[in-house]
Amino acid sequence: MTGEEPLPSPDSLAIETRNLRKEFGSKVAVRGLSLQVRRGEIFGFLGPNGAGKSTSVKMLLGLVKPSAGEAAILGCPAASVEVRRKIGFLPEDFRFYDWLTASELLFLHGRLCGLTPSQLHERVPKYIELVDLTAHQNRRLRGFSKGMLQRIGLAQALIHEPDLIFLDEPTSGLDPMGRRLVRDIIRSQRSRGATVFLNSHLLSEVEITCDTVAFIKQGEVIATRDLHESPAGEVHITIRARNLSPEVLTGLSRWVSSVQCDGEHLRLSTSSKQHLPQILRYLVAGNVEVYEFTPKHVSLEESFLEIMGESQGSE
Amino acid sequence: MNIWIITRITFLEASRRKILWTALLAGAAFLTLFGTGMHYQVKDLQGAKVPPLLRYQIQSTLLQVGFYAIDMLAVIMTVLTSVDTISGEIASSTIHAIATKPQPRWQLLIGKWLGFAGMIAVFVALLFGGVLAIGHWIADVEPHGALQGALLIYLECLLVLTATFLFGTWFSTLTNGVIVLGLHGLAFVGGWLEKIGSVTDSQRLVTVGIISSLLMPSEALWRRASYVMHTAIGRTLDFSPFGAQSAPSMAMVGYAVFYLLVALALALYRFQERDL
Repeated sequence: MTGEEPLPSPDSLAIETRNLRKEFGSKVAVRGLSLQVRRGEIFGFLGPNGAGKSTSVKMLLGLVKPSAGEAAILGCPAASVEVRRKIGFLPEDFRFYDWLTASELLFLHGRLCGLTPSQLHERVPKYIELVDLTAHQNRRLRGFSKGMLQRIGLAQALIHEPDLIFLDEPTSGLDPMGRRLVRDIIRSQRSRGATVFLNSHLLSEVEITCDTVAFIKQGEVIATRDLHESPAGEVHITIRARNLSPEVLTGLSRWVSSVQCDGEHLRLSTSSKQHLPQILRYLVAGNVEVYEFTPKHVSLEESFLEIMGESQGSE
Repeated sequence: MNIWIITRITFLEASRRKILWTALLAGAAFLTLFGTGMHYQVKDLQGAKVPPLLRYQIQSTLLQVGFYAIDMLAVIMTVLTSVDTISGEIASSTIHAIATKPQPRWQLLIGKWLGFAGMIAVFVALLFGGVLAIGHWIADVEPHGALQGALLIYLECLLVLTATFLFGTWFSTLTNGVIVLGLHGLAFVGGWLEKIGSVTDSQRLVTVGIISSLLMPSEALWRRASYVMHTAIGRTLDFSPFGAQSAPSMAMVGYAVFYLLVALALALYRFQERDL
């Protein structure tokens, strides 16, 4: 959420945290996480290794107790039993009782979530089919590949049809077809009305799946971006032009977020490619002689590296 | 309540991972060995000119050896089977998918505890029943207060189980195992010191034994079990290491129950409060 937007009401939020902090001894894992995730969106949670993402997710799920701050999930205190009925979770390293079969695993998780036997008999085959494991439903998990484990893990997170789903690196062990399957499932969950909180390093996946992303560094949200407002991401424009007056440059601020002028060379950043014709018309109308106008799409990965700093991103 | 689901899954895990069957196989091997020993002992005594009272006493002592072996086996099996259940699942993150389900954490711990308590009950009952049957059918000897003795051995196992759960919420699997077996070893040595002290009339040795029993009252429960399974005359005549010339009082049994409850409460508190 950007500071310029009206604040959403608490009822419209799936997750809201205020200055959530976690210290392990003298080490600060999460400095002060303030986050708002709207209901019904796919939210990407991005950050370099050691940024505090996993600890933040664990605090939201009640696995780790915060040292300070507040967190609300679906309008209730995070970690309450009531809330856990409405959330699903796929851990990053999905390890489970590998002596169970895929079908038994879903029965177990469904029962722990309070599903009745009749609901389980209806949903278990349905969700096994959803993750394309029908042929393996009676096999023990011990023989599953990492990708298959992730898919059955996803099914266990969805079996009780939760309102909020936390997915920690859900596609990291999958082949392209598996990734597409998971992407489609995530979108179908949004269509069902669920909120998806996606923690992933695969920025290309995040870019085509998420509605909003937050960048976290040293346990703090340092930027958020609505990927619908700028579906193709941020656009950088390189311009070579003459007659660039200070007044014209000032007037660009209604479309651009940054302006760098060096003689005839101008570099602009805008949040959407929709602004490109307006910017060009404005320059020409302002008697600027434009010799070059080169827009360049900035991918989420480039934004990530820019926001985080390349040295942090490569850690 | 998810307690019973966790209890059932704990049983299923022990069965699928062959822990239960391996333990029962070890128990069966022990009973076979014990039965063979008892059989030959009876046969050898039949041909010898041994007074009936002494013969009965020898066979009773052999029966006590059987109970002592059950006690040792049951305690070791309790530690080996349960030592990894909490700490191992925390270390491997297996617990994450379960602990985020809609149940308070205490239900997870109690569910597992009940699962192991059930399995240990089956193990102790089968082995104890086996030794009783062998004693009855082969040597025609029966212990005094068998049920009370079996319950005391079971209580000892529950005590060790609870200690394993408590330290499992604090430490890694290996450290947990070392601590619990170390404590039981301490109690074992303390128990012998107390026994020797009571025979040699050394109050200081007895005090050392009692202190070790206060630190870990597991061995005291076995000595109480051995005591109740001897007849009054048996206690007087049995000077073997398995005799029961002295025994911890009922107050020590009460203390063991109190110890178990406190350890369980601490385990629940620690598991509830710790980060997973």
